[in-house]
Amino acid sequence: MSHLTVRIWRGADEGEFQDFSVPMRENQTVLDVVSEVQRTQDQSLSYRFACRVGVCGSCAMVVNGKPRWTCRTHIRSLKSSVVTIAPLRNMPRIKDLVTDMSGFIDKWGKAGNVFESQRDRGDAPALVDPSSPMRKVADAAIECINCGVCHAACDVVSWNDAYLGPAALNRAWSLVNDERHSGKKETMMAAMGDGGCGNCHSQGNCMAACPIGLSPTRSIAGLKKMSLMSLLGGSDA
Amino acid sequence: MTEHRINLSYLAFLMHRLSGLALVCFLPFHFLVLGLGLEGEAALDDMLVFTQQPLVKFGEWVLVVLFSLHLLLGLRVLVIEWAPWPQQGGLRSGWVVIAGLIALALGWLFLDGVMS
Amino acid sequence: MFEMRLYLLQRLTAILMLPMVIGHLATIMYATRSELTAASILERTQSSPWLVVFYTGFVILVSIHAPLGLRKIMGEWLRVSPKLANRISVLLFLGFLGLGLRGVWALTGGTMS
Repeated sequence: MSHLTVRIWRGADEGEFQDFSVPMRENQTVLDVVSEVQRTQDQSLSYRFACRVGVCGSCAMVVNGKPRWTCRTHIRSLKSSVVTIAPLRNMPRIKDLVTDMSGFIDKWGKAGNVFESQRDRGDAPALVDPSSPMRKVADAAIECINCGVCHAACDVVSWNDAYLGPAALNRAWSLVNDERHSGKKETMMAAMGDGGCGNCHSQGNCMAACPIGLSPTRSIAGLKKMSLMSLLGGSDA
Repeated sequence: MTEHRINLSYLAFLMHRLSGLALVCFLPFHFLVLGLGLEGEAALDDMLVFTQQPLVKFGEWVLVVLFSLHLLLGLRVLVIEWAPWPQQGGLRSGWVVIAGLIALALGWLFLDGVMS
Repeated sequence: MFEMRLYLLQRLTAILMLPMVIGHLATIMYATRSELTAASILERTQSSPWLVVFYTGFVILVSIHAPLGLRKIMGEWLRVSPKLANRISVLLFLGFLGLGLRGVWALTGGTMS
């Protein structure tokens, strides 16, 4: 049986890659490999996962240079007998493959992503037509589960500490297109603030990396258009 | 730094930024050469003779290509950001190749004028 | 909103320069096919006040556009602090403006006489 060489990051911001060897199997994901190492070879290895079926985003790591969901990355798709596994980029490292996502979550908030409504429990539910143009725009961006892969993929995030990042801005776009949201103007101002959409250079790494095919570049372009409109037509959202 | 998927959009960003950087470095020299007009026709004529050298002509060709490239890739950015986002191909990858080809064509046009 | 305004200014100067770059490229193609002596060049550049208008506008726009681009490079690739990058950008604006307008004047100054 042939073997797979697995290089796993150990330590925090300071540390090094440690080599392990696991048997190559017919059906094997990167998460399987990490789990096998932790359970049978080194119980001190730290990593995150939850659903292991590609819906929660917890197992995101950098595999052979690319940020991805490890439960959805088959070893055979990597076409290599050496697999390098590192924690997500652009986040401080806590231990081994575990990163501190609080900065990522903070930026999510800073992009104006708190839903506000003028309705209360006494009002009837809002009737949002799913086929309305605005809802379609929001729906195209709404499925984000904050896995952090796009944040890890984005070079502007690594170059500019103030930049809120593709995930945060993508959510802001979905909120400003939510007809129920009464804080559209505040969200827009936050998304167009100094760490906002103007910093995006349309490199497209986020789109290429998103495990569910979202397009933060598209959402950010929408925010950029909105900023142009607000400048031309006054400051109405 | 982690490796990137070689996606055309990233390449376009890089070429756009680097061409801009090259042009910005050239600009002061360009303005200084134009300023030779203040020193009289003889100074300008001397400079013109200097620019006849093949190495200078090569440099000028590079500048024409980079100038065109910067314009075309910049136009692509404006379209990505402000034109309606299409169903497919929002990053206008095809444009990157076309921009390169047009820039080279304009460079050829420049050389053609210089050689004759 | 400062960054957003700079973003829009960069795009605005770019749009205004689009026809100018095309015009300048055309001028380059034309000039390299024409006589290239100081006298003949000056005769062409001093032939119309519109050239002064065109190239003065071009210089002003590029003096804004180029430093804004460099500002991003300074912040993103060279890790220059925002304050320092802003100061350098203003100096570059003044530098390009000064050198550029001097250059335009040098070749078109005759149209004013």
